[in-house]
Amino acid sequence: MRYLKTTVCAVALMLCSTSAFARDLVMNANTSDPAQKLAMEELIADFEAAYPEIDVKFNLYDHEAFKVAMRNFLVSDAPDLITWNAGNRMKVFVDLGLLEDVSDVWQAEGLHEAMPAVVSASSVEGKQYGVPYAYYAWGFYYRKDLFEQAGITSTPTTWEEFLEVGAKLNAAGITPITIGTKDLWPTAGWFDFLNMRINGGEFHAQLMDGKVAYTDERVKRVFEKWAELVSADFFVENHPGYSFQEALPFMNQGKSAMYLLAPFIVSMFPDDVREQVEWFPFPVIDPAVGIYEDAPTDSFHIPKNATNKEDARLFLAFAAQADVQTKTAATLDMLPPNINASVKDDRFAQGGFAQLGQANGIMQFYDRDTDPALAKVGMEGFQEFMQNPDRIDAILQRIEAERERIYGAL
Amino acid sequence: MTEIQVLSNSRRRTGSTFLRKHQLIIAPVAFITPAFAMFSLFVIYPIIQSIGLSFVEWQGIGPQTWVGLDNYRELLGDPVFWKALTNNVYWLVLFLLAPVLGLFIALFLNQNVFGIRLVKSLFFFPFVVSQIVVGLVFAWFYDPAFGLLATMLEPLGVKFPAILSNENWATFGIILAGLWPQTAYCMILYLTGLNSVNPEVIEAARLDGAKGWRLLVNIVLPQLRAATFIAVVVTIIGALRSFDLVAIMTGGGPYNSSNVLAYYMYDNAIFRYRMGYASAIATILFLIMDLYIAWFLMRLLKNEKGSR
Repeated sequence: MRYLKTTVCAVALMLCSTSAFARDLVMNANTSDPAQKLAMEELIADFEAAYPEIDVKFNLYDHEAFKVAMRNFLVSDAPDLITWNAGNRMKVFVDLGLLEDVSDVWQAEGLHEAMPAVVSASSVEGKQYGVPYAYYAWGFYYRKDLFEQAGITSTPTTWEEFLEVGAKLNAAGITPITIGTKDLWPTAGWFDFLNMRINGGEFHAQLMDGKVAYTDERVKRVFEKWAELVSADFFVENHPGYSFQEALPFMNQGKSAMYLLAPFIVSMFPDDVREQVEWFPFPVIDPAVGIYEDAPTDSFHIPKNATNKEDARLFLAFAAQADVQTKTAATLDMLPPNINASVKDDRFAQGGFAQLGQANGIMQFYDRDTDPALAKVGMEGFQEFMQNPDRIDAILQRIEAERERIYGAL
Repeated sequence: MTEIQVLSNSRRRTGSTFLRKHQLIIAPVAFITPAFAMFSLFVIYPIIQSIGLSFVEWQGIGPQTWVGLDNYRELLGDPVFWKALTNNVYWLVLFLLAPVLGLFIALFLNQNVFGIRLVKSLFFFPFVVSQIVVGLVFAWFYDPAFGLLATMLEPLGVKFPAILSNENWATFGIILAGLWPQTAYCMILYLTGLNSVNPEVIEAARLDGAKGWRLLVNIVLPQLRAATFIAVVVTIIGALRSFDLVAIMTGGGPYNSSNVLAYYMYDNAIFRYRMGYASAIATILFLIMDLYIAWFLMRLLKNEKGSR
């Protein structure tokens, strides 16, 4: 176990300050990707410049290690600030009484008006428990040159067009979609979008809350649509063998044309490939159903057991400012939740921003919206389905059994 | 005067002799206490705590709910548990190839030619590198699109199967990766064992006309019993606690087809926050190991009695 990569944490990047009356503000963060790390370091440096008497102690963890560690440090040795995710993931800790109510910061800074898109994701029973610093849209990252090579002139906006694009790519010898499902979660993006496009946001939210059975006919319809793609050879072969990064070379080498993913992929493309990459939102399947999107939100929270809550509140207020959010989100290739902030001037950020702007509602993401144990069983099921579409009934029964164990019989 | 003298003398003796009288008890206890305290605190107490946790439902923080034997009942009906247990059996059986292969490599390398030390150390190399590295390297070998094997076989017109993303082959792909360092370890055990084989006995056997297979089985192997013992024990324990390779190569996937008990336990505790259920798996794994160790110790005792 001690060898396991994901449990190894990158520890303690101390940022030194020479202030004579330093007030320590301890922050534990999971922002370990290069762009995230840079954004957080810049944010802290700017904060320390604005409040020279405060000294931020920044502890950086690997994403998975953080999930494990926070369950310890929130109880035993709480920092003053943490990074975490809004929505159900935050609610779990709010319900356990481990996160501080920061509604006063929202009031004082007028954040209800400034961040309308993330109010509900940051709230539990009308009170706010965190301040989001960035959120992002999911969508298709595709190679324009490969589309042209296959004779495709415009991006698909409907399901029929999408199937047609795939058929043309396959005919040109290009696998339409790359995906790496070793880490399971990339499959959940597909499920979320198909379900939201076919059954709408309200049904999706109910399913996430365990209020609908997975054996429901409406859920089965999602997999029927998905099976159309699987049987038409839309996805790269052997995807369970690849992590989400390991599936990227298919696109870099021109063997595959599209990837349904989030903006953190942008910085991973080699420069020459990135020039060819463009973005389009998930196509409409049923025009009668509104547009619902996945927009995972990352936020700052104050643990209930923190010692320096006063300065932590200063930090939350600082991080919510429009100009600060502009800078942070731009470094992250993500979107600033503050409406007065400006979105980075590139095609990915602008495209995602426009899509979320016209959405009827947003969700976080499958493994952020539903119970973690159910999410694991669900995503394993999605992976098995993508390899063996004929086993769908058995798979749905298994997921339903887990749903029933957690949320009770319907 | 003399009486008083004697009395005080005997008094002095009783004062200092309590320690001396019970020396045979006190000394060992004093020496064992620190080690025993540490062992209790860091090994025995967690085991008891873990068994206790297997009767509750707990997500790592917050309240614990007593559920009695529910976790175990759920385990019995959990197809992933049975799949993991089956895979553990595959691991156990196939891993026993390591001592056999190790023995033959050791016999092969046990000769005095120029550069043999270098060759020996090259054979031992896989045991030196971390399991994580072994896992990564094998995962790259197996990669059906960009991997070494696939690239080599492609010009020959052979399509290399996707071992790690195939539900039937993933476990065997991982076991093969695990055999590589394990064989190296068994080899080194046998090489040291072969050093202590008595050349006079071999000589005598040769004079009596024993050679080849019979020499190996009847003369050399009995002298390697200590090495075989260690090799088998270490291999079986290694097979039962196989974790790192599964974690790094497949994460138990695709869809749990390569899961093993140790990884399924970790998965439940760390990714699903089901500490109680994970503890139940841990307890089962603990029992399996206990049964094996008990059986093994009993056999060992019997053998020792027999040889006396």
